[in-house]
Amino acid sequence: MADLSINFAGIKSPNPFWLASAPPANSGDQVHRAFEAGWGGAVWKTIGGPVLNVSNRYGAWHSGAQRMLAINNIELISDRPLEINLREIRDVKRNWPGRAVIVSAMVESKPAAWRTIVRQIEDTGADGIELNYGCPHGMSERGMGAAVGQVPEYCQQITAWVKEVSQLPVIVKLTPNVTNIVLPARAALAGGADALSLINTVNSIIGIDLDTLELSPSVGGKGGHGGYAGPAIKPIALNLLAALATDPELAKSNLPVSGMGGIATWRDAAEFLLLGATSLQVCTTVMHYGFRVVEDLIDGLSNWMNEKGFRTIADFQGRSVPRLSDFGNFDLSFRVVARIDQARCIKCNLCYVACHDTAHQCIDLITAHPEHRPHPQVREADCVGCRLCYNVCPVEKCIEMVEVPSGRAPLTWAQLAQAEPAVAEDWEAMKKYRDRHGIHIH
Amino acid sequence: MNGLTEALPPLSGHEALVEANRCLFCYDAPCTQACPTHIDIPRFIKKISTGNLTGSARTIFDANLLGATCARVCPVQELCEGACVLGSEHKPIAIGRLQRHTMDHAYSHGAAMPTVGAPTGFHVGVVGAGPAGLSCAGELARRGHAVTVYEKRDLGGGLSTYGIIALREPVGVALAEVEMIRNLGVRVLSGVEFGRDVTLDSLIGDHSAVFLSLGLGRTPDLGIRGEEHLVDGLEFIEQSKTSPAGPHVGRDVLVIGAGNTAIDCATIAKRLGAARVTILYRRTANEMTAYTHEYRFIQNEGVRFEFLTQPVEAIIDEGRLTGLRCRRMQRTGRGLPEPVSGSDFTLPADQIVKAIGQQKPPAFRGLETDRGYLRINDEMETSLAGVYAGGDCVRARGSASTVMAVQDGKRAAAAIHKALTGLIS
Repeated sequence: MADLSINFAGIKSPNPFWLASAPPANSGDQVHRAFEAGWGGAVWKTIGGPVLNVSNRYGAWHSGAQRMLAINNIELISDRPLEINLREIRDVKRNWPGRAVIVSAMVESKPAAWRTIVRQIEDTGADGIELNYGCPHGMSERGMGAAVGQVPEYCQQITAWVKEVSQLPVIVKLTPNVTNIVLPARAALAGGADALSLINTVNSIIGIDLDTLELSPSVGGKGGHGGYAGPAIKPIALNLLAALATDPELAKSNLPVSGMGGIATWRDAAEFLLLGATSLQVCTTVMHYGFRVVEDLIDGLSNWMNEKGFRTIADFQGRSVPRLSDFGNFDLSFRVVARIDQARCIKCNLCYVACHDTAHQCIDLITAHPEHRPHPQVREADCVGCRLCYNVCPVEKCIEMVEVPSGRAPLTWAQLAQAEPAVAEDWEAMKKYRDRHGIHIH
Repeated sequence: MNGLTEALPPLSGHEALVEANRCLFCYDAPCTQACPTHIDIPRFIKKISTGNLTGSARTIFDANLLGATCARVCPVQELCEGACVLGSEHKPIAIGRLQRHTMDHAYSHGAAMPTVGAPTGFHVGVVGAGPAGLSCAGELARRGHAVTVYEKRDLGGGLSTYGIIALREPVGVALAEVEMIRNLGVRVLSGVEFGRDVTLDSLIGDHSAVFLSLGLGRTPDLGIRGEEHLVDGLEFIEQSKTSPAGPHVGRDVLVIGAGNTAIDCATIAKRLGAARVTILYRRTANEMTAYTHEYRFIQNEGVRFEFLTQPVEAIIDEGRLTGLRCRRMQRTGRGLPEPVSGSDFTLPADQIVKAIGQQKPPAFRGLETDRGYLRINDEMETSLAGVYAGGDCVRARGSASTVMAVQDGKRAAAAIHKALTGLIS
């Protein structure tokens, strides 16, 4: 049986699945029920200074019949009095000593304020502190959240204040609303952070109500940007996770990373772990379906690990990181072409129109018999292997991308640009290069 | 009427959205090719998925003015849905129900209703306000022609109003379509019978062109003794739709014939209280003209079949129908089954409904026919110049259907427009 337990910067958890700091982890009762359902940990909804919330605080993006591919929120940090939160945190931790209880915090950018909150958190018996540098709305207008996360100097400064007094592991939560995530991450490292977590929500506007022309959701006629989360942002989160994994300075530090951003299934979870995350935080899918989703997160991940022969999380954590590379290092001679399994093809001909209108015009419609519907056929010699047809095909295993020999030795753009700089700079040289190597682009 | 309200409920907005999103939006879609009126089906479905029901309705009306009727009565399993690429291994898209969703929206909101073209000064006469006639009239009005429709019945709509079982299409749907055609400026005169109140000569004299959509006649005679005690299947259906009391329904009902009308008659009898309903057919299930899904449906209704059975004589006792003497048939070769001598038997019945097709249209001087149906050329024109025809009265080949009639009307309108103005549209 797979062992899902983790040790994250000294914080032990029976499985890597933690409730992210968000509405699902807003109270002792909720976290208690989440732990009953099997969650390995919870990052308490951010505590800090006094706030007041508004109505219509969650917007959502629905795609077709699929509800809530993403959620957008303008909810602030916890609006429950500080002492109630602290008391409930203490109670939960006392009742669930084996689960990870981390407290997210955000206070004014003053050393004293941070020192106070750190001590209050430590008094609860919680396992760790997460510094919320990510919240993109509301709190950032008051100089907190993303307003800190977007300025590496502030990141470092506040992390240092906290580390001066904290006996607990300190996790710095990063905002994706920056040009280069590596800079605030390095700043947190320099400030003494014990771990990183990412990503917080992405700045977003859900949309406009076409009847009222107000922003959606509308808060009494007004609306604005909020934090975007859910399955739709997973690829963004993976990319930022990869950015941390490939930064030499961060890699050398070995800071553990808690990954989040659109984790909805155990498959998503496995992908975050493969790109180097140690713990995982989940929110939107819980807000959609409740705490019970953790059952399949654990079950699916365990079964996959068993099938793959991974005994522990550490066995595969970061396994895909060495596969991360840049375009300049990709083999230009690698060639695949699309093959259509005519026995499976239902002749919707979406591959044809996609290829013909928007890709490389290498799928023909063949009318084999006047009574029959024409079927799509790839002209392999002209197929550039772009994979669009594969992506639009609605039938499982109908279109496959098949590797074929290109007849050319492996060569990357970086190698080519170094060996023959003129080819990279001059179209005439490029044309000659193509002719020489039999590269014909129709 | 109990048991005879529209069988399928409308799709809710969410159901329609889910179903519309299942549509693959095929390129050069086979459903569109399979539709006799060539509605751009993926286009109207895509528009449902984007919440553009106005555009969706316009897409349907562009190809088919009677989309509300067709959404309900079309044998979609044989046409669009039968051609759906998701049909083979999955569930085809519920095209008929999606079309109804859009059409219901159009009629309830007055959205995207067809509009009249600039007046051309031409005036076309249309005989018959059934689907072919209404389609032709509406398409002509869209092109700016004045149109008068001559209808012998009280209500327009033809078989949509009188002959389609309410389970599939309530009267109101057909009448709303008549109203929509009227709103295009088309005059629909009811109670005017062709051959009695107006003649072909008078119509030719009064109009720039004439379109004949006469439909077919009543149910033909079986030629058996006691025939006068039998009920005409079409009248039976008609009463179920237009008479508040509904038709008289017996306890032991026999239906003769195995086409879709026979199925409808058996359904009505069963749903309106008959204890036993039996369908008699001279041949076997393989030769039935009813659609396969209809055959399955009626079996589930609890209707029995007597195949290879021929009616011989209605048995009348003291002026009351008590049964039907029948004779078994047998297959001797590839042709019609032969009666088996000495096989006569009697089925008890207090009502016998005959649903064995319709009489061919009456002959008119100067109009050539083909197997008894009006002969038309590729331009839908009869042997008389300027006189066009369509619908069931020209359907010498293939099976008659509402959607074919709509297409006939559409094509005839285009041909008439071209003949009158020299314009193709």
